[in-house]
Amino acid sequence: MTALALMGLLPENASTTGSVNLDGENLLQKSEAEMCRVRGNKMAMIFQEPMTSLNPVHTVGRQIMEPLRLHKGLSKSSAMQEAIRLLDRVGIPNPAERVSNYPHQLSGGQRQRVMIALALSCSPDVLIADEPTTALDVTIQDQILELIQTLVQEEGMSLVLISHDLGVIAENTDNVIVMYGGTVVESGKTDHIFDQLTHPYTQGLFAAMPKVGMGRGKRLTTIPGTVPDLINLPSGCTFTDRCPLASDICAGNIPPVNQMEGSHLVTCHHLQQAVSARSKGLYE
Amino acid sequence: MSVFLAKRFITLLATLIGASIVIFTVMEILPGDPALVILGVDATESSVAALTKELGLDRPPLERYFDWIGGLLQGELGNSYAYKVPVSELVQGALQITVPLAILSMILSVTIALVIGLYAAANHNKASDVTLMGVSQLGISVPNFWLAVLLILYFAVNLKWFPPGGFPGWDQGFWKCINALILPAVALATVQGAILARITRSSVLEVFREDFVRTARAKGLSQRATLWLHVLRNAMIPVITVMGLQFANLLAGTVVVENVFYLPGLGSTVLKAINNRDTIVVENVVLMLAAMVVITNFVVDILYAVIDPRLKAHDI
Ligand code: SF4
Repeated sequence: MTALALMGLLPENASTTGSVNLDGENLLQKSEAEMCRVRGNKMAMIFQEPMTSLNPVHTVGRQIMEPLRLHKGLSKSSAMQEAIRLLDRVGIPNPAERVSNYPHQLSGGQRQRVMIALALSCSPDVLIADEPTTALDVTIQDQILELIQTLVQEEGMSLVLISHDLGVIAENTDNVIVMYGGTVVESGKTDHIFDQLTHPYTQGLFAAMPKVGMGRGKRLTTIPGTVPDLINLPSGCTFTDRCPLASDICAGNIPPVNQMEGSHLVTCHHLQQAVSARSKGLYE
Repeated sequence: MSVFLAKRFITLLATLIGASIVIFTVMEILPGDPALVILGVDATESSVAALTKELGLDRPPLERYFDWIGGLLQGELGNSYAYKVPVSELVQGALQITVPLAILSMILSVTIALVIGLYAAANHNKASDVTLMGVSQLGISVPNFWLAVLLILYFAVNLKWFPPGGFPGWDQGFWKCINALILPAVALATVQGAILARITRSSVLEVFREDFVRTARAKGLSQRATLWLHVLRNAMIPVITVMGLQFANLLAGTVVVENVFYLPGLGSTVLKAINNRDTIVVENVVLMLAAMVVITNFVVDILYAVIDPRLKAHDI
């Protein structure tokens, strides 16, 4: 949802408030026609489902050529050359042959590479990757993340990575925003946050990760309860129903933003308790 | 692709052989003796027997079946029992009306369907969409023979733009014939176009929810460009399926409208032949209709494969 809101691609009945700034311009104030020039050009996106995110009736070459012709005005033949170069860049063997393949002839990992090539085509300033590896095999996941990481560095793009996987976040980002129920609960430098997990939700996410040497037979820790219905969120802290530290004040009052070390921000009523719970763990 | 075609072609042949057996058997079982119908109820027993022998109907069914098929393979359809003219002659006249009428109706129906269906889908849930879908619901509910009568009253009797019925024959000039076919084509196409429009709309809307549409939008394609470049082709599969069925229906199932407009098309010819127990005409025409339906399906199958490369892959 957040990613689609950034791209201005939410369904018609959705409304967006606040601002999305890119190069000093608020994207939310742009007209649809102007946004069409931003999407795929300055800002590109990789989706979660590589199996269904490509059009099954067009060749992958044609799909990569599309933004090139649209934004860069390339001729058919030079767009084709560029598509082959991009496929090669994202590590697809035999790119000159693969351009004329249809998506169903490629594996999931290869399709995600094609999606990356597509997103990369117009050298965007910002690359949004929405759970880019969730639908892939574990062995492929690392390759894809590494590819994204290399490309981001070499092309000088900014990466917005959306993921549930803390390991992925820790390895691939500089700054983290932890979101729960549509609101920011904790944000700051990646290093700070992983050093000092503070917000009860962030601690829960960490506790729920399987750990090396945990041994068989031991159950994974879980956060009790289920993700709230985004339609009827509590009016105060969105995490109230599941938080072990929740008290009466939490449900009805929006929690304050507490500044920690540096730019590290935590949104919680009971900061002290959360901090002291770090060592013994909130969810044992 | 060639494997795909070969498979489809074998299915086509098998279907036709099956159809010929069913048609022949049904005509055998059907009560009513052709000789008796031709000679009338007062005929003497000996004259009926003589005619039966003359028509070759005294021979065993199996022999007659193979005779019929053998004749067909040599392009020989036999002679009508009732009119004593070659079946091919009877059929030819009918085909010259039915086939152009079917094609004309199909063109109209597809045009109506694509224009209305795409426009409604592009304006999903807006007033124009709701209105168009209401109109199409009306189009589906109107019986085509009644619409035919209305069209004749207004456009032929009042405005005198078109003839109220009959067919001049192609030797009287192309436009004159087309003119005679327009009202029946409109009567037939309205219902079919309305159905097809609804299918087009829902199919387009369904494809719009697919992930690759989001990808296309994320590339910077406008809503309209996405519709034309990415949605339309994917949405065509159900539309083409129904188009195939409708075309088959236009070839065989237009008797009522043909009668309203006094068009001696294929439907009317079969009906007359059944009443006369003119078995040989019925058998040939029905088999021909079956062949046209099967060929239409064959073409539809090929179109599927052209539209969606995945289908080809599954078959090979
Ligand atoms: S505000 Fe209350 S409910 Fe929300 S995270 Fe902090 S302690 Fe838990």
